Amino acid sequence: MDFVAVQFLTGLASACALFLVACGLSIIFGVTRIVNFAHGSFFMVGAYGAYSLSGALMPLLGGLGFWLALPLAALGVGLLGALVEVAVLRRLYRSHELFQLLATFGLVLVIKDAALITWGPQDLLGPRAPGAAGAVTVLGEQIPEYDLVLIALGPLVLAGLWLLFHRTRWGVLVRAATQDREMVGALGVDQKKLFTGVVFLGSALAGLGGAVQIPREAANLNMDLNIIAEVFAVTVVGGMGSIAGPFLAALLVAQLNAFGILILPEISIVLLFLVMAVVLVLRPQGLLGRKELAGSATHGAPESPLRPEGWTLGLIGLAVLLALAALPLVAGGYQLSVASEILIFALFAASLQFIMGVGGMISFGHAAYLGLGAYAVALSVTHWHAPMTGALALAPVAGALGALVFGWFCVRLSGVYLAMLTLAFAQIAWAVAFQWVGLTGGDNGLLGIWPAAWASAPAAFYWLTLGLVAAAVLLLRRIVFAPFGYGLRASRDSTLRAEAVGIHTRRQRWYGFTLAGAFAGLAGGLYAFAKGSVFPEVLSIPMSLDALVMVLLGGVQTLAGPLVGAAVFDGLQTWLMSETDYWRAIVGAGVVALCVAFPRGLVGNLRALQESRRDTPAVSEEGASG
Amino acid sequence: MLSVRALEVLYGRAQVLFGVGFDVPGGQVTALMGRNGAGKSTTLKALMGLVPPASGEIRLDGRRVDGWPPYRIARAGLGYVAEDRRIFPDMTVAENLEVGRRAPADGRAPWTVAEVERLFPNLADLRDRRAGQTSGGEQQMLAVARTLMGNPRLLLLDEPSEGLAPVIVQQMAAAVRALKAGGVTVLLSEQNLRFAGSVADRAVVLEKGAVRFDGAMAALADDPALRHTYLAL
Repeated sequence: MDFVAVQFLTGLASACALFLVACGLSIIFGVTRIVNFAHGSFFMVGAYGAYSLSGALMPLLGGLGFWLALPLAALGVGLLGALVEVAVLRRLYRSHELFQLLATFGLVLVIKDAALITWGPQDLLGPRAPGAAGAVTVLGEQIPEYDLVLIALGPLVLAGLWLLFHRTRWGVLVRAATQDREMVGALGVDQKKLFTGVVFLGSALAGLGGAVQIPREAANLNMDLNIIAEVFAVTVVGGMGSIAGPFLAALLVAQLNAFGILILPEISIVLLFLVMAVVLVLRPQGLLGRKELAGSATHGAPESPLRPEGWTLGLIGLAVLLALAALPLVAGGYQLSVASEILIFALFAASLQFIMGVGGMISFGHAAYLGLGAYAVALSVTHWHAPMTGALALAPVAGALGALVFGWFCVRLSGVYLAMLTLAFAQIAWAVAFQWVGLTGGDNGLLGIWPAAWASAPAAFYWLTLGLVAAAVLLLRRIVFAPFGYGLRASRDSTLRAEAVGIHTRRQRWYGFTLAGAFAGLAGGLYAFAKGSVFPEVLSIPMSLDALVMVLLGGVQTLAGPLVGAAVFDGLQTWLMSETDYWRAIVGAGVVALCVAFPRGLVGNLRALQESRRDTPAVSEEGASG
Repeated sequence: MLSVRALEVLYGRAQVLFGVGFDVPGGQVTALMGRNGAGKSTTLKALMGLVPPASGEIRLDGRRVDGWPPYRIARAGLGYVAEDRRIFPDMTVAENLEVGRRAPADGRAPWTVAEVERLFPNLADLRDRRAGQTSGGEQQMLAVARTLMGNPRLLLLDEPSEGLAPVIVQQMAAAVRALKAGGVTVLLSEQNLRFAGSVADRAVVLEKGAVRFDGAMAALADDPALRHTYLAL
């Protein structure tokens, strides 16, 4: 019994940081409607900042230096957030939510490399908290004093925020802006200042969350993505835009972790998944969230309809395919393996474009299905010695099964909620692969997955890849212009009208999601054989990001886009990695710049240019005659 | 006080206003009349900076304000009450008023909560009620009161009588007359000729995004042919 009480208190202490970060995210989202993926990075910078500040202040001020370092670090992170708002977020308030999400994702990469340059790659454990370094005995068990400090901090911050939002004019303005920001502007409030202030506050909370962790957890470069998946789960469960919601959810999730570790130490994160699933089925808007108005999540002009290509484009496609098939005649082994990889990513990106562009579902965890395909191949080869064709046939099945299960939850949501949930699922899949060492080899991966003898020559494997990828991509396009594809696009454009003509939109989206999972799984199977090994990285968030960038580069609403995007991105990344250690920051900065400058992607912007050219003659004729 | 010249507004590729021009003289009540879709609401939104004008000029006391963000236009002295009221439903009535509060640009005595409650006595009992839980008429009064708390010199009212019970419409009319007596200039959009006729000095009639009549309210009220052509009455 005493042991249970101790575990309960440990859970409460862990909830503190989770609550601080989640409620900062929720506040920023409430006003700006942007889900800030870089919020985990602010948490990480808060931890590093507190480490450095306490290191600098404690020799001067003793114990007081530590307690000063924490709020100072939070303040610094708040200023960093305000800077990010002014430099990046402010330019995205009117953009499509995909570009808002992607741009903040780009910031994650930039901040990670900046932290690597500033603090180096090693873990940095902070000092023990002066005055709270001991332990107290509760019910006969030892509890760190610092845990008690954290247990008290959460409710204190919650109370402080409540007072701020209900008892100050600034807080009342922020709440008003959460409900109708345009009207607040029409009443004479300068929204720019208000938004900067809100992002400052939310970021400072994330920074404080990171700062208070340093005596418990060493500051490290993986803190950003590790916490963001949990924080997304907490905010989705608690309700976006609410403050008390994340508090409740953080308590719930932290308790689950504390007790789950006793029952299922290896995959305690699965419990989190179960809670999320139950809450989302019962209350899609979260425990204390408000229902989103239908269609309020997307901005921007409606998409112009996709048209099947004419004969000329078909012929060009055929010519490109023939040229690709002839590549082994001129290219060597290394070039062919790079080319195979690009083809695999083209299929991966095409499957993502299918659910995003055609299905209207933004997935930030598409790597989950690539990874499931790859692990299906790797496990069947290493554990059952499956032949190549059999293993490869399993890959799309595994991807589809994963997408069937995860998709069942995901299609109940839309917009940013869906994006957050897909990311959380992918992170869960990653955690299982990473933690279940007995099956997956954990971080060491699964090695020795080589193609069968007939496909082992680079040219043979390249032709196999080209054949499968070309067939899969053609099949995908066939689906887009089949009745199923029309139904999916109708569900994307107007749920209400699609339902009115008899489309079961949720099921349509679910099947679409599953199909995309199957194609991603096939790409994953090929990827495993191309690399000869599978590591948890194949399921990781950066892999999902890569696919998004490829789709974005090519243009979300163009079918050829992902193929072009994959070639450009994979080629660029291969080159950048050979040139510099800080390629992540360059990719991240590029993503941010792309989102701000080309909101329709490369091919998409070209097509917009074409369309406006097509329109202008009509206008100038009118001008000439009038 | 306010002058509009050659105002054009486009939603995407659809043009809504085609060279709208009229004046709003200070101290008077001007009614912007027209059928559904004539461009009344769009005109008011453009004046407030809520939709960007494609071309044309909007001058407040001779100063160009088109292209300004809404908050600057509000600070320059325009107050806007939306057709759908757009109160903050999850906040109390008192908090809604607080959001609108802003000191007057010139040295006039500012509106206080007590004064807007004298203008709309129903609001006095509702201070701590959540605004989303009040009736349509109360929400309309709250929307006007909230904008008055910003001490506008020119009040834009978009369809103030729409969907309200007759007794509330009478209260709104009395409030508009009281505002005029207090020196506030009003530009309201209206389809209801009886309401407009009871409060307005001047009328501007819009049809398909262009001005078809601009003159005294009495002249419009006395001309059945004009009313029939543009207002279908």
